[in-house]
Amino acid sequence: MPNITLTRAPLLVALVLLVLFPLVGSTFYLQLGAKIMIMAIFALSLDLLVGHAGMVSLGHAAYFGVAAYALALISPKYEAANLWLTLPLAVGAAALAALIVGAFVVRTGGVYFIMATLAFAQMIYAVFHDTKIAGGSDGIYITVRPDLSVAGFKPLNLESPSEFYYLALILLAMVFWFLNQLLHAPFGRALAGIRMNEQRMRSIGYPVFAYKLAAFVLAGALAGLAGYLAACQFGFVNPDILAWHQSGIVLMMIILGGMGRLHGAVIGAFAYVFLQEVLSTPAVVGVYAKHWQLPMGALIVAIVLVLPHGIGGFFDIAVRRYRFRQSEDAKDQP
Amino acid sequence: MSEPVLRVRGLCKNFGGLAAVDSVSLEVNTGELHAVIGPNGAGKTTLINLLSGDQTASAGTIMFFGMELSRLAPEQRSRLGIGRSYQRTNIFTTFTVFENCRLAAQSRAPRPFDWLRDAYSDPAVAHQARQALDAVGLAKRAQEPALALSHGEQRQLEIAMCLATGPQLLLLDEPLAGMGAEESVKMIELIGNLAESQAILLVEHDMDAVFQLAKVLTVMADGKVIATGTPEAIRANRDVQIAYLGAAEELPG
Amino acid sequence: MVLLIQILNAVQYGLLLFLLSSGLTLIFGIMGVINLAHGSFYMVGAYLAYWLARTTGSLWLALPLAVLIAFAIGLLLETAIFSRLYRRDHLYQVLLTFGLILIFEELRSIAFGDDVHGIAVPALLNFSIPLTDTLSYPVYRLFVTLVCLVIAGLMYFVIHKTRTGMRIRAGNSNREMAASLGVNMPLLFALVFASGVALAAFAGAIAAPISSVFPGMGSQILIICFVVVVIGGIGSINGALIASLAVGLADTLGKVIAAEYSAIAVYLVMAIILLWRPQGIANKA
Repeated sequence: MPNITLTRAPLLVALVLLVLFPLVGSTFYLQLGAKIMIMAIFALSLDLLVGHAGMVSLGHAAYFGVAAYALALISPKYEAANLWLTLPLAVGAAALAALIVGAFVVRTGGVYFIMATLAFAQMIYAVFHDTKIAGGSDGIYITVRPDLSVAGFKPLNLESPSEFYYLALILLAMVFWFLNQLLHAPFGRALAGIRMNEQRMRSIGYPVFAYKLAAFVLAGALAGLAGYLAACQFGFVNPDILAWHQSGIVLMMIILGGMGRLHGAVIGAFAYVFLQEVLSTPAVVGVYAKHWQLPMGALIVAIVLVLPHGIGGFFDIAVRRYRFRQSEDAKDQP
Repeated sequence: MSEPVLRVRGLCKNFGGLAAVDSVSLEVNTGELHAVIGPNGAGKTTLINLLSGDQTASAGTIMFFGMELSRLAPEQRSRLGIGRSYQRTNIFTTFTVFENCRLAAQSRAPRPFDWLRDAYSDPAVAHQARQALDAVGLAKRAQEPALALSHGEQRQLEIAMCLATGPQLLLLDEPLAGMGAEESVKMIELIGNLAESQAILLVEHDMDAVFQLAKVLTVMADGKVIATGTPEAIRANRDVQIAYLGAAEELPG
Repeated sequence: MVLLIQILNAVQYGLLLFLLSSGLTLIFGIMGVINLAHGSFYMVGAYLAYWLARTTGSLWLALPLAVLIAFAIGLLLETAIFSRLYRRDHLYQVLLTFGLILIFEELRSIAFGDDVHGIAVPALLNFSIPLTDTLSYPVYRLFVTLVCLVIAGLMYFVIHKTRTGMRIRAGNSNREMAASLGVNMPLLFALVFASGVALAAFAGAIAAPISSVFPGMGSQILIICFVVVVIGGIGSINGALIASLAVGLADTLGKVIAAEYSAIAVYLVMAIILLWRPQGIANKA
């Protein structure tokens, strides 16, 4: 059985804690929580691509940004846009961008794929930064968060921090569930095979290009979902969200938490945002709060050199070694 | 005489000025194991690569049940019913033995992009995988990681993966490579059983196996076919003897 | 005549790019490492030059000192960190070098702040050659072009005419073979890496009076270097030269013709090359 079985108990505990959190959390922490969950969706989308399909993309922020900009561009200036309309449109735009770019880059592999994804992401960045199409480097404001009303009924008011938090939580849970299904399904198993041995997959009859492209588009769409939510929360989009720096950060998150395991991506997002907050709080680090990227960078270097499977992976391996040793001991018994 | 399963005519592969495969023609029929032998560097593996689609031919035709294959990608050829095993074991090492075959069988399942169902809940696919494992004798090792198998067992898994796709033509590239005496006997028996119901093209160095199994032999040297015929005819063929032994002597076997 | 000025600028920019990209492409080709921090070395050179020029009062002193310091930093980085990356997956190389970028950026911020700084052109070269009645061309830029050409020539000489160069070329085409033939690979790698760092730093230092010294200069130039390496072909110095000049021309002329779209056009060319001829224009398939 493939090694992606989930341990149910910790997940359920985490979910319950997350659901109950707004009862005790202040506005600041609710916003932070929502931000973390949005980043977790972003990290999950990249984990699908890198951790499960084995395609290392250095341009994933492009699709995050395309959806964010889509919302900004179609939102009326001083009114709320309708979420039921704008969310699918924004995610669709991100998916379309991923389809167009993917049609070109998925043909390549290895280091060329890394660079091709970077090149196309930079092109998209240049479009938003250098041209007037979307406000250039000044960016666009989204003054009112989208509205969830349908036929007079309003399930959530996104202007309320706790309700926006719940939207983020619901969507994170849905994405997590969806990806878990996917990875256990034939499509997910095929991706695992492609990651391990593309040539053999071809020789047993899989249209590998189609699978990889589908993974690329799906990952782009999910990144777009995260981008849409981020735009809602922040109320402002500018080309920085598409910068390759961002693509590097989300790559860091999945390594931090452990690549190739869904909960790893979520852990990584939490760890990164948590670390960023701690390292940039003057109360904790004093005068160096402004330079939080220094210890962050050092941590990444250390993790790559010392803990190649990330924090989550480290524990997984430790557990597996322990279990293996137990079974070996059992075998020695007469 | 019915149409041969595989008919190759004038197949060539050039690398710059070098002809790795030079105008090779042969035919394979069901129930008639066709072996390709020859000294190292004769172009045998390149030939198999051209047939499986791993490399593209420079010239010539490959007809599979009358269908021209040269333009098709490896995955397309596989779906038409061709299975290919590799000389250097090419399995999914960290998956279980069962998963290796299941994945191969899944390629034929009707809804490839299915994301809803659990992959393990498809009885038809599981059945196909188990049958393939039974055929090669690996059923008992199904739940073990493929890494844990011995070399010989891994070669068997190679073939099981091909079988799981339900092929009509098997291209076997040195299945006995690196095997000890005992394992070879088992493999020869397996191939012999398969040969009755499949069309098989076998590239091999092991002369025992070749002369036991083959009904037709093609001998290659320097990319060209130097002789084709029954095992007895080949054994007595002077050109073949010279190519292999440097002089006209009887070949072992 | 305005065109001549633009072409001179393009050549100067292209040659600077060449100094940078040659290091990047060699590190890529010989050690198989994708190094995102290469732009940071450019920045390090510029800031070192700024600081040394300020303390010693002379850019002439600052330049060689900056190069020496950068070379030392390169050796240190290679032995401590990069030598562990050679066998690793590209993903981890990307991540680690990305972490290095963060470290370098913050160290720079701590040491020098976030303002833009300028370096004065040395008095000796601080004049212009008149080209027409109204237009003249700064001599310092010509000086930069000349120096880059000399270095390019030296590089060509070392790589094609010396034994060290032969070892580098051997390592470039077949690492294992070179090692089994007795080439001291670890030492070779360390030297090549440190040289790449020194070249990048030198480029940053010598360009500083023209382009000034500012945060983000490293990231900006890194992406362009990637474009050059892709177009020219990984591991190819010749390709890097041709591609650098081409990109220099495209960028400079592009800014004149259609400023908004010049960057897009450059990345488009990179994308096309990656898809049509991924090995680059100078490498064989």
